[in-house]
Amino acid sequence: MDNLTEIRWHGRGGQGAKTAALLFADAAMSLGKNIQAFPEYGPERMGAPVQSFNRLSDQPITLHCGITSPRIVVVLDSTLMASVDVSQGLPADGSLIVNTSKTPQEIRKEIGLKGAKVFTVDASAIANEKIGRNIPNTPMLGALAKVSGLLDFAEMIKNTEDKLKKKFAHKPEIIRGNIEAIKAAYESVEGENG
Amino acid sequence: MPTLAKTGNEAMAEAMRQINPDVVAAYPITPATEVVMIFSQFVADGLVDTEYVAAESEHSAMSACVGAASAGCRVMTGTSSQGLQLMSEILPIVSALRQPIVLCEVNRALSGPINIHCDHSDTMAVRDFGWIQIFSENAQEAYDSVLQAVLIAEDEKVRLPAMVTTDGFIISHCMEKIETMEDDAAKKYIGEHKVKNSILNLEKPITLGSLDLQDYYFEHKMPVVEAMKQAKDVIVKVGKEFGQKFGREYGLLEEYKLADAEFAVVALGSTCGTTKAVVDELRNNGLKAGLLKVRVFRPFPGEEIAQALSKVKAAVILDRSDTYCNQGGQLYTEIRSAMYEAAKKPLLANYIYGLGGREISLEGIRQIYKQLQECQSSGQVIHFGVRE
Repeated sequence: MDNLTEIRWHGRGGQGAKTAALLFADAAMSLGKNIQAFPEYGPERMGAPVQSFNRLSDQPITLHCGITSPRIVVVLDSTLMASVDVSQGLPADGSLIVNTSKTPQEIRKEIGLKGAKVFTVDASAIANEKIGRNIPNTPMLGALAKVSGLLDFAEMIKNTEDKLKKKFAHKPEIIRGNIEAIKAAYESVEGENG
Repeated sequence: MPTLAKTGNEAMAEAMRQINPDVVAAYPITPATEVVMIFSQFVADGLVDTEYVAAESEHSAMSACVGAASAGCRVMTGTSSQGLQLMSEILPIVSALRQPIVLCEVNRALSGPINIHCDHSDTMAVRDFGWIQIFSENAQEAYDSVLQAVLIAEDEKVRLPAMVTTDGFIISHCMEKIETMEDDAAKKYIGEHKVKNSILNLEKPITLGSLDLQDYYFEHKMPVVEAMKQAKDVIVKVGKEFGQKFGREYGLLEEYKLADAEFAVVALGSTCGTTKAVVDELRNNGLKAGLLKVRVFRPFPGEEIAQALSKVKAAVILDRSDTYCNQGGQLYTEIRSAMYEAAKKPLLANYIYGLGGREISLEGIRQIYKQLQECQSSGQVIHFGVRE
């Protein structure tokens, strides 16, 4: 399982952390990856901290244990970081992607993180602008695609667009908004070197 | 073949859609709710011809299933944990009536204390009711086995009910890549339901559920005994043909790097997948590790397991349930019994693990293999991963 990538999503119940993991896995599968997506197995309450997970690999994935040391952590709601250690198990060469208007340096200082790479993107602002609602999980797919480098972005956009077209055939504005949000996050996600 | 991203529950519901049973009677319960919830949407959307009975309890659900099967219908349902226990009064009646009902069961711990997570205590609690029991390692196997279960259960030599299980949350709620059949291919594979008897057939009246005392009850249990013997070959035949048709072959057991293994883990369900990764790792480090996956628990493949383990030095049997009989878990006690006549037997240890969804990690399985190498005598029963 050398090329296995594990991802952990942090959000609050109702913010779409589970859906984000499902969407990302679905997109990755369409581009030829073997995938898993699963939510944290616990009681789900609106607003409470929740987690979801992805595994991606070129080889079949037989693992069915929990994910404790993810290479990438995605945080949908930065207010979580006051009560949840989002960097738990994150390896030194791992990546943390946070939905925030702050810079990566500010986030690193705020949570006292040593090692790993920090990326930030204002996914909520992007979602508000492009989709008209604060649903940061969709733009975060773009940020994740950029940081992970796991998927061909043009292919991913095309694939997501095709799926949205099937689902929202009568609402083209939803399709456009979501696609633009993913692209905007892809382009604006910021690393520590600017 | 379509490649889809499906959870275990979605995979089972998809198989049910393609089977298009005449009747589904069910009552929802976590973590199996989605199976019948998704299926009921198929009914509402007109994608199947099924009569859906939203029963007021699992006892009623299984009773309605019996009624429908008595009328000659192809019948399915789904449940978990306490739901399966509430059905348990009816379960042996289904096998005695030789009704090939197929049940999608999601393994979940039994209360109490109340717990919604995976272990095998619910399925194990109904192991002696004359139902075929098939465990799935992942969503793909769940889909494939639900389809196969119809053919196995309805086979002329078998005519027994069958339950196909997935591990609660671990598989039921994990989305994975699966290959499904085209609808036409699935329909052709499943075939028409051959009605053996129907209480609605006035040309050939039958009596069901009659009183049967000392004089004949015993004789009337023997066909179940015989059918369960026959079921073994039928399961193997169906699994082999499935492989020829769709490229994924199934048997009673799956051996993973076992042929030359010195140390083996024997397990059921999703843990087998995680164990495969550990076996690969240990093999890379030079240890002859192997895995024996028990796919079918009823009928119990005792001879086949004894044969498969005949060459290993030591094996640990993983049970995700306890019998509370002080002799170990269900899988262990039955394997130990099956090994009694074996000319060559390995040292056997029993690890009871993962009750109530307690995590079994890669590191945990590594430890089990490590401890297995130090195993000096048979018969140890260890509750693994429990805090002191």
